[in-house]
Amino acid sequence: MRRLSFTQAVDDALGQAMAADPRIIVFGEDVPLLRRDLLVRFGPERILGTPISESAFLGAGVTAAMAGLRPIVELYMIDFIGVAVDALLNQAAKIETFSGGDWTVPLLVRAPCGGWYGDGGQHEQSLWGWLAHIPGLTVIVPSTPADAGGLMIAALQNDGPTVFCEPKLLSESWLDLLGSGGRTTVHYDIPEEGARGPVPRKWEPIPIGRAVLRRSGGDLSLVSAGVGVHRALEAADALREEGISADVLDLRTISPLDAAGVRETASKTGRLLVVDEDYEGFGLSGEIAAVLAEAGLSVKYGRVCTRVTIPYARALEDRVLPNVARICAGARKLF
Amino acid sequence: MPFDAWALYALMLKSRLFEEAAANLWHDGLISGEMHLGTGEEAIIAGVVSHLGEGDAMALDHRGSAALLMRGVDPVLILRELLGRSDGLCKGMGGHMHLFSRGHLAASSGIVGAGGPAAVGFALAGSRLRPGSVSVAFFGEGTANQGMLMESMNLASAWNLPVIFVCKDDGWSITVRSDKVTGGRLSERARGLGVPPTEADGLDAAAVWKAADAAIGRARAGGGPAFLHFRCVHLEAHFLGFPLLRAVRKPLKEMPGIAGPLVKSLFRPGGAAPGARLSGLKTVLAAILATLRDPRRDSENDPLNRARAALRDDPARLRELEERIRKEMESTLASALAEVPA
Repeated sequence: MRRLSFTQAVDDALGQAMAADPRIIVFGEDVPLLRRDLLVRFGPERILGTPISESAFLGAGVTAAMAGLRPIVELYMIDFIGVAVDALLNQAAKIETFSGGDWTVPLLVRAPCGGWYGDGGQHEQSLWGWLAHIPGLTVIVPSTPADAGGLMIAALQNDGPTVFCEPKLLSESWLDLLGSGGRTTVHYDIPEEGARGPVPRKWEPIPIGRAVLRRSGGDLSLVSAGVGVHRALEAADALREEGISADVLDLRTISPLDAAGVRETASKTGRLLVVDEDYEGFGLSGEIAAVLAEAGLSVKYGRVCTRVTIPYARALEDRVLPNVARICAGARKLF
Repeated sequence: MPFDAWALYALMLKSRLFEEAAANLWHDGLISGEMHLGTGEEAIIAGVVSHLGEGDAMALDHRGSAALLMRGVDPVLILRELLGRSDGLCKGMGGHMHLFSRGHLAASSGIVGAGGPAAVGFALAGSRLRPGSVSVAFFGEGTANQGMLMESMNLASAWNLPVIFVCKDDGWSITVRSDKVTGGRLSERARGLGVPPTEADGLDAAAVWKAADAAIGRARAGGGPAFLHFRCVHLEAHFLGFPLLRAVRKPLKEMPGIAGPLVKSLFRPGGAAPGARLSGLKTVLAAILATLRDPRRDSENDPLNRARAALRDDPARLRELEERIRKEMESTLASALAEVPA
């Protein structure tokens, strides 16, 4: 089996899909440089750079998808969706309903997300809960190269608008561009299994809306997505030393949420801790609590999320994001 | 305010030395993420900011250190903020892209184009609360393609607000040549929105000062907004560690990692016909070639050299000035790096 880094895997899967489907085109800021390997394979008609005009090119992506293309619109960072959110909120997400189910929007938005490298509160948000709140949007957050490639294939087969979040900490190319910048003087706490791993030679779709159990334990369920999965795995290792064995459930997609998977692990362990790099209030962690409550499950519940605007200072940032120490402390409270 | 070439050069040199110190701290790993410097745009910032005073406002972009420093914010506080220290300008919470000084009515944003609406709002408040004041927005030419900037120009024009839209045009929208993604001329665009444009050489502090003097004077007197378009060269491109500059400056280190996958992908089965592939390759090579023909190497494109040349008739005074500013910046750096007080 070959091994690829996270973004290599996404681009490799994307290349496979593009070779099979000439309707796929990719555009966004800096795309000719960021996706240069795809540019020299598929040519400038299919890999396009845009002006810094997110509301125009994301909005154009919506109708390009309606009119027969399969556009992949790249945002520099998910934070910048704020400039263009109308295209998703009021257009892409609503067109299938408005058209009485007649017209779908097979648009894929590819957006780097997340922190842990010191870029400040306007460039390190996760926002997947905010987007998943909107009916009609699919939101994907992979945590390994194999999942990233398989979910990219699935996303390109999905008929509706989909946001594909790429945690920058796991992406060697984004982290090089926005973090180290070629320096050897900075170090980041990069989860190895998330940044590089085995991938299939030929990509197959990974079903959207299906979580995967990364670790099996009996006392506690840690439920997370993206980088949080790896922090949860590290916390699970630490907790094992204290005699606590944990399930670690990787959601992989935020919307649709694998509610059955959440209920299953919660029923098994009776204790559930959500680890979410996104904001705490009114988001994924609350949604999971609702899943448990609606099922009438009697479960001890807790959450470790990001509560405030992410501080710029690295030390403060590490404290605010769901770090291993916070996860362990949150877990202990459930016993 | 009379024109003073010495004062302008002093501001520019101070800013340059400050940002060179910041670059060193970044290279040493004391600053973690991105670092966007304003080196190369000092003539523009100095020529505009030197007209500002009490009650005037600034909406800054992601490279706002120079404007704040020239406006009189303590450079020690800015540097500490860049280092993420609790005794920094914003207590280490904002960082270099999000610098704020309430006392100077100066607010930054890392969102491209956000300075447009911000400057309009500052001007609206200024027109009601501080008559005669102006509000300045600094942005790059890539930002001119952001809808909210164009909307802001229209709003400033419709409400006849004292907004000075200052475009620092280095020709690059991050890694994309701006002329490849921009329709028409920016000056005509501004004129079409009712904002009178002025173009001047952004490497020439005196020319900038003059253009800003006219526009700001008119705005203070109730004449409405202005668009100032200046060209410059960013000496460190979009940000430190810019991949194209790295490839050109350290080809042996950087190029193998780029060329290997590129060649593999060029010949990978499945994909476009050879012609389209070559055309893709040409696009990549063109970006590298454009960087190779690096205008940064031409000392004529460094605004400090120009400003300094204008002062060479008095070498003793020049030496004294440079010595003083160098010492000031050394002490700024030492203070910024001193232990955080308990």
